[in-house]
Amino acid sequence: MRKIILSLSLIGVILLSVVIFLQPTETSEARLTLLKEKYAKKHVPSVDHSKLPELQKNFATPQEVTATCISCHTERHTEIMKSSHWNWEREEYIEGRGIVRIGKGNAVNNFCIGTQGNEQSCAKCHIGFGMTDSMFTYTDPKNVDCMVCHDNSGTYSKGNELAGYPTANLNLTEIAQHIGRPKRDNCGTCHFFGGGGNNVKHGDLEKSMFSPDKSVDVHMAADGVDLVCVDCHTAENHQMLGKVYSLSSMNRDRSSCEQCHTNEPHAESMLNEHTVKVACQSCHIPEYAKVNSTKMSWDWSTAGKLRNGEPFHIEDSLGNHTYLSIKGTFTWDRNVKPDYIWFNGTADHYLLGDVVNDTTKPLKINTLKGSYSDHDSKIIPVKIHKARQPFDPVNKILIQPKLFSTEKGEGALWKDFDWQRASRIGMEDVNLPFSGQISFIETEMYWPLNHMVSSKEKTVQCIECHTRDNGRLAGLNDFYMPGRDYNSLVETAGVGMILLTFLGVATHGTVRVVSSRKKKKSQEV
Amino acid sequence: MSDSTNFKKVYIYKAFERFWHWMQALLIFFLAFSGFEIHGSFTFLGFENAVKYHNIAAVMFMILIVFAIFWHFTTGEWKQYIPTLQNLKLQVNFYLLGIFKDSPHPTKKTVLSKLNPLQRLVYLGLKVLVIPVMVFSGLLYMFYRYPQQFVIESLNIDSLWVAAVVHTLGAFALIAFIVAHLYLMTTGHTVTSNLKAMITGYEELEDDEPREVTPSVNEEKGN
Repeated sequence: MRKIILSLSLIGVILLSVVIFLQPTETSEARLTLLKEKYAKKHVPSVDHSKLPELQKNFATPQEVTATCISCHTERHTEIMKSSHWNWEREEYIEGRGIVRIGKGNAVNNFCIGTQGNEQSCAKCHIGFGMTDSMFTYTDPKNVDCMVCHDNSGTYSKGNELAGYPTANLNLTEIAQHIGRPKRDNCGTCHFFGGGGNNVKHGDLEKSMFSPDKSVDVHMAADGVDLVCVDCHTAENHQMLGKVYSLSSMNRDRSSCEQCHTNEPHAESMLNEHTVKVACQSCHIPEYAKVNSTKMSWDWSTAGKLRNGEPFHIEDSLGNHTYLSIKGTFTWDRNVKPDYIWFNGTADHYLLGDVVNDTTKPLKINTLKGSYSDHDSKIIPVKIHKARQPFDPVNKILIQPKLFSTEKGEGALWKDFDWQRASRIGMEDVNLPFSGQISFIETEMYWPLNHMVSSKEKTVQCIECHTRDNGRLAGLNDFYMPGRDYNSLVETAGVGMILLTFLGVATHGTVRVVSSRKKKKSQEV
Repeated sequence: MSDSTNFKKVYIYKAFERFWHWMQALLIFFLAFSGFEIHGSFTFLGFENAVKYHNIAAVMFMILIVFAIFWHFTTGEWKQYIPTLQNLKLQVNFYLLGIFKDSPHPTKKTVLSKLNPLQRLVYLGLKVLVIPVMVFSGLLYMFYRYPQQFVIESLNIDSLWVAAVVHTLGAFALIAFIVAHLYLMTTGHTVTSNLKAMITGYEELEDDEPREVTPSVNEEKGN
């Protein structure tokens, strides 16, 4: 009787443990519902700018609009003038460099290389007016462009090559009367087109994000939660959360998934455990450039070819430029599987004048730091943009060429197609030596992917990483991952041990059978 | 074994013992199957399910072990596993030679001494070495990330490597054991007598009166 009770209670305990083990927690679903509720309430402005008497007039210049803004919002310009949107640089601490001011003034990229000497054109995406050259002073509040971020009329736009001034013939009164919280259009007009065209730089930020559907971005989908950029990239006193590591170096002021979703968002504890080492983005952004292609490589060395003395371009079947006389050769890709790296939130950058001693491997324009053994690191998805860009092999520094000019004959590459002259003038502009020799070296740039978050159903599946061959994490080898890794000695020994046992058993069994048959026979005889 | 020997049906494996044995067998089979899927050896359940069910089976196995330990100590059955050198050589000789000549088993199986010296050694090895190593490495495998999460520095394990490799090695050893175990099952009095005994609890044993009456005989000397 006691045995029966014992066995029954044992079965009971085992069943109970299974039930408890399998019990899903309801909190994750509940949390999502609360978030959806929170963001379903649309922002209602507290002021209707069209009713303000100050704005019932014609504005001759955009600076007049700014002055009028400041007349009520008396201190906002001081906030803006402390921001990286205005200064185009931040003060950062970088290990090995100390405290440096880093931004578009002294960093380079492997797209259009740099802004220096090209401000007239680049300033289309500066929140100011009149940045004609590197001498632009960041001190006049009237040059702050409030409208580019706050226009809700949808009519404001900055002009090409106008040093940040808006296009002509805008109805500034109409715009000033429709000022409000930044919409996607305000942010996207610059951030979707960085590098000289749609989706050139990021891969996960492009014009389809103006009104994506759920398959493109689960957060911003119009038929979903319909979030705008500033819902996540919140700001206090115009200091925005979130930054991209093409220019940022420190682990601060980041916008994160966790700020809404916490670091234990799953019902499955096994998945929550992953968040210690794996960033949300790694599983939830299975691919980027889901709608339009993104630029994957840029070869500057072929720039300058002319047909009948004129620059030309070549397009692929999707309309992407594969060659431009002014810029060189490009490759593009769509629905791209990300690369994965360890990242602890800190980065170093190639700054103008940094000497490159090893040109045998690609130069990392930005180095995202991290490793498995670093407890602050997580695996993140990135787009890696490769390039061949101009380099001075004597001084061993990257060349910042003069690219843009409105006129021929000023030495700009894009007008005169003369690398020598463009390099000399460009390097003079940034006060760096130029030897007169130009070669092209391979460079890489790392772009963390944070947008185009897929729905739950499209998430990266376990087996895509936990697999022997060609998994998504095949390139990260500084740790043991179940399903992928094994010790070949143990495998050989283990399989050998089992085979030997089989062999032994088979031999033993055969001898047994044979000997017993013999015996039977001899008994019969 | 001469036909003249007297046989008597003896209740040798108690209900819990049989339950424990078969439950353990089932769990080890399932753990090995799901475990090697996690290891990347094949795909059947799907990685996610394999992990989930492997973990559930592991928890069940550990509960079973706790009950088994309790049972072994409260019933005194643990003494069955005290290793002995007595008859060890005879037993080895039996498996290597005697068995082919139909020689009798050198060790008499009784309720109080069910295991021959080789079994004692192997099962003891399983109980104090292989299973604990599997449980311990398995627990590390399951929980190794948590210390970092809760910042208990002294418990930090920086790599899954050791736990995983040891766990894999143990799994290979267990499979090799099962292969041998399944075969040796057929080496009882008849091919199926051991199996029947583990199912019904009853086995026909040589009627060797004195052993049943005086249990102290089985308390091996020198232990």
